[in-house]
Amino acid sequence: MKNSPAFVIGAGAILFAALAFVPFYVDGYGLALAIGIASYTILATAWALFSGPTRYISLATVAFFGVGAYTVAVLGEVLPWPLVMLVAAINGMLLALVVGLSTLRLAGIYFVIFTFGLTELIKQLVTWYEVKITRTVGRYVFLDIDQQTIYWQLLALAAILFLVGYLIGRSRLGFALRIIGGDETVARHVGIDTTHAKVALFVLSALFMTLTGAIMAPRWTYIDPAIAFNPQVSFQAVIMALLGGVQRLWGPVLGVIPMTLLFEYLNANFPNYFILILGIVFMLIVYLLPQGVAGAVSSLRAWSRRDGKSVEEAR
Amino acid sequence: MKNLSKLRLSYALCAASLALIAASPALSQESVRIGYVVSKTGANAGGATTSTIPNYELWVHEINEAGGIQVGDQKLKIEVVEYDDRSSSEEAVRAVERLATQDKVDFILTPWGTGNNLAVGPIFDKYGYPQIAGTSVTDRAPDLAKRWPNSYWLLGTGGSYAEGFVDLLVKLREEGKIGDEVAMASIADGFGIELSTAGRTALQENGFKLVYDQTYPLGTQDLAPIVNEVKALNPDVFIAFSYPPDTLGLTDQARVLGFNPKIFYTGVATAFPLYKDRFKDAANGVVSLGGIDPNDEKVKAYIAKHKEVTGKEPDRWASFMTYAGLQALQQSIEQSGTLDKEKVSEVLRTGTFDTVLGNISFDNENRQVPNIFTVGQWQDGEFVGLVPTDKEGSGELVFPKPEWPAAQ
Repeated sequence: MKNSPAFVIGAGAILFAALAFVPFYVDGYGLALAIGIASYTILATAWALFSGPTRYISLATVAFFGVGAYTVAVLGEVLPWPLVMLVAAINGMLLALVVGLSTLRLAGIYFVIFTFGLTELIKQLVTWYEVKITRTVGRYVFLDIDQQTIYWQLLALAAILFLVGYLIGRSRLGFALRIIGGDETVARHVGIDTTHAKVALFVLSALFMTLTGAIMAPRWTYIDPAIAFNPQVSFQAVIMALLGGVQRLWGPVLGVIPMTLLFEYLNANFPNYFILILGIVFMLIVYLLPQGVAGAVSSLRAWSRRDGKSVEEAR
Repeated sequence: MKNLSKLRLSYALCAASLALIAASPALSQESVRIGYVVSKTGANAGGATTSTIPNYELWVHEINEAGGIQVGDQKLKIEVVEYDDRSSSEEAVRAVERLATQDKVDFILTPWGTGNNLAVGPIFDKYGYPQIAGTSVTDRAPDLAKRWPNSYWLLGTGGSYAEGFVDLLVKLREEGKIGDEVAMASIADGFGIELSTAGRTALQENGFKLVYDQTYPLGTQDLAPIVNEVKALNPDVFIAFSYPPDTLGLTDQARVLGFNPKIFYTGVATAFPLYKDRFKDAANGVVSLGGIDPNDEKVKAYIAKHKEVTGKEPDRWASFMTYAGLQALQQSIEQSGTLDKEKVSEVLRTGTFDTVLGNISFDNENRQVPNIFTVGQWQDGEFVGLVPTDKEGSGELVFPKPEWPAAQ
């Protein structure tokens, strides 16, 4: 009953509908925090959607994010908003398709390095184009999209992402990916088209990252390659997802929320020692929560169940 | 042990969320709360720790030492709330929201740089805070002033710097001191491209010939090829719209390779004290953006005070705009006799302020200071403002640039 798809999707829909009322109850800062949490929830969940089951660590999150942001910077004042989003989606998916087809045959570590390089490559390409062709580095995004609308767009995107993620988890594709993550050779031997499965998921994950960038761009008014393709975004998404746990769809959220609050707390109270303390916190997380919060919750549950049993046995 | 640490972690997280909720606004007005968000870390930290942070500290120190700001009939000391945006636009936006709605500060000082000032513009505007940007060079300043009526752009447009310099070249050519050939290198980033685009247009309009016109990527380490290539072309004028590391690198290379054009112009950081400290006599004759009137008493007093309080001299460009902006803010608070943002903004828009840049007013369409030095030159240990030539206290160009002294 509790795990029936109708129940899960219904509960999710109610939760997201409730979250849509957040802007009416918080002030500007609360909304800014909610936007931060929502955007990283999408980035980290979309990252885990692909990297969780396949175990390919991608550092290209911001490459797609930046492509989305730049699409808005270039077309934002020219095309109507839904069309801009559509173009951003197409750009992101095309890029992911090319990258996926050419790299997903690479084994683990090479893939990590490639995706990291990809961000830099795209950043340099955009810079080159702006310097040589348009002769302006730095674009202005003068769009009248207020913070509430940004939040609602992010929330809607997150709802779609969770729905898609849930459905994939129950589909043949999701099953195939878990086998690939377990052992790719075995997967190939049982007749799974591993490349197609991986590329399909990579493109899907990139689509959500691209749209997040597109939605966030009007928030900054000004975009240049360094702002749009800031590698910190990729690292933060990975760290948050790992803290939360990548084996479950809802895992990354458990990393995003405490991490965002922690960043805020540290920055507010120790602005001069932020990086130092952050480094220590990261080490503690990796040391204490190797399976992420979701993993810790599961093992805690298993532990209490076993504990209960042993009490009964003692009787 | 493991559980204990987990417990501690959860305590820390609880404390974090509690502290977020309980950020307490000042109840009665016993002090003026001033907030700022600057890049203490990350790519922008170099600029922020040169031009922005020392001036904020100096200003707060001076006011508190004097007993506070005169607001109506009371003297209120300044209480500072500061955050680090880690050189990220998103962090800057969120931290300014926090200053406005959680900390409820009376006034917010601006972040460092063009990108972050544009990012936080809508937030300043939404909550009615005046935004006095001392470190943003943007050609869209008129648009911005229209969009955000409480914003002020003290550092001017990229075009004004490039055009000011080209005017100087035109005059030299009329006097028969230089020919038509100019070499220009610029960094492939916002500032370099904006200035080189404006410079290229102005040079071509005035019939100069660009014998070299190249960009180089951010973070270029080896600048010798550029200097070698330009040296072979032997132009009278070399312009580099460069960033701090390459400003130092290009000067170094030109000196080592003996490239000494009649006019040698480098970009950001030329007006920094570190340039003088590093090159000493070799800095003599180098031309760049910015400049001051070294004989002005206010300028002298400001430099001395800056050195006394922060331990180092201010740069001869954006530091002055930043500090002048702070003085304008202080005077508009004192003149309006209130901390009411709207009333203070009204004075800021229409008043005249006695600052380190002289008597300035923002009562113009672009919300800029009309008459600032756009071109300066190192002359015997001081970076003297040259252009606009009709500005009071402007110096004479030392021409041609003296030979590089032999390396020590």
